Amino acid sequence: MKVHVNMDICLLHGQCVIAAPEIFSFDDNGDLHWVEVIDDSQVADAEAASDACPEQAIILG
Amino acid sequence: MAGPRITVVGASLAGLRTAEALRTALPQAQLTLIGDEPHAPYNRPPLSKDVMESFAGGDADETEAFGKLLLRSKLTPEDVSTRLGVAATGIEKAGVRLADGSLVRSDWVIAATGIRPRRLPLPGNEDIRHVLRGFDDARALAPMLQPGARLAVIGAGFIGCEIAATARKLGLHVTIVEPGPQPMMRALGPRVAAAMATLHRRHGVTLLTGRSVEAYQPGRVILDNGKEIEADVIVEALGSLPNTEWLTGSGADLSDGVLVDDTMRAIGAPNLLAVGDIARFANPLFDDVPRRVEHWCIPGFTAKRAAQTIAALEAGDTPEPGFSPLPSFWSDQYGMRVQAFGAPALAETQTVVEGDLSQIGEAPVIVEYARNGALTGVIGLGAPPALIAKHRARLMAALTPKETV
Repeated sequence: MKVHVNMDICLLHGQCVIAAPEIFSFDDNGDLHWVEVIDDSQVADAEAASDACPEQAIILG
Repeated sequence: MAGPRITVVGASLAGLRTAEALRTALPQAQLTLIGDEPHAPYNRPPLSKDVMESFAGGDADETEAFGKLLLRSKLTPEDVSTRLGVAATGIEKAGVRLADGSLVRSDWVIAATGIRPRRLPLPGNEDIRHVLRGFDDARALAPMLQPGARLAVIGAGFIGCEIAATARKLGLHVTIVEPGPQPMMRALGPRVAAAMATLHRRHGVTLLTGRSVEAYQPGRVILDNGKEIEADVIVEALGSLPNTEWLTGSGADLSDGVLVDDTMRAIGAPNLLAVGDIARFANPLFDDVPRRVEHWCIPGFTAKRAAQTIAALEAGDTPEPGFSPLPSFWSDQYGMRVQAFGAPALAETQTVVEGDLSQIGEAPVIVEYARNGALTGVIGLGAPPALIAKHRARLMAALTPKETV
């Protein structure tokens, strides 16, 4: 599964970093990073992160 | 074999997430989602901020604006029978009674009816008095927010303060009337609340604390000290009331929302569950006192929990014990993010661990909240995500589920 974050609407709430810390992280500058291709074992975490995003900025597909 | 009939009442974030979680946990279930609003489930936080701003400017297309709020969902029309624009009026042995007289037969009922704004029980000024909870409220209020207009906000909670900040940005004259000593005092504690008061005043808001509304007269708000405020538009933002009247007679404890156990089942009504803003549950991260939690993150947590509970019970199992979600909330005012984790409201002490509250809005501030010497929460004010994340990690390490007696 592919993970994408629409940075045009992301407001850096950081809920994804809490829900799926192995996929999403902040660097020291506060920029969001994410694993772009995940395996099946991480899909549930990615979906939880997507649901937890108040801006609906996370696109899975 | 047909699966259980499960009716989710409330087509909000909580209701939608519950239906989704049920579809995953119990694929054979017959799901019905009922909502009193005519709108499909949508996201509320932008209503007091971006949506208000774009509507007030008159340049927003309503359909497009609503499209941005609409909650994305994997559910298809075949997954769940959705009935919008009809309220639930009662709960009976056989199921849920709707305002149109029909009965939705149900083996399980999940209450996700949320909250409504509390109103001032005073007559007058009906044509200019507003509340903000739903999309239609925003649509009605926004055209009133014209540059130069005089806005009176009654109540300095998060909604009131966000509307005030948006209105200042739009060029209105804004007065906030708050009965308590500081804005957002209960959620933020006295020190941070005092700093937020400074922030609002610095942005030109007339903030009257320790004052309540005595009466309305045409175009005027009369305060308890006799002071009169002239207003072209009034917003009442005095907190909320849980929508639980339809559950009267269900056996559930409705003294403040719906009292539920750690599986989201209502105490006293075994086939009723509650999720979202109306669920009153104890969080063992803090103590054993049940509370309603009106944060955006709670619907997601409680929805999953409720679905797991029904799936376990339908399978003849006992739901796994323990439910201790980490609460979080945020607010955006004057371009500054207030980001909280844990339960700052439960704290007795506040300690500034980074920055300086006198610099609020100009430089990042991190505040730790503690009770009996133990961390209960952390709040970042205009703080970058990485900085808050560091302190959140400390908080999570400190918060371990407490054994209940």
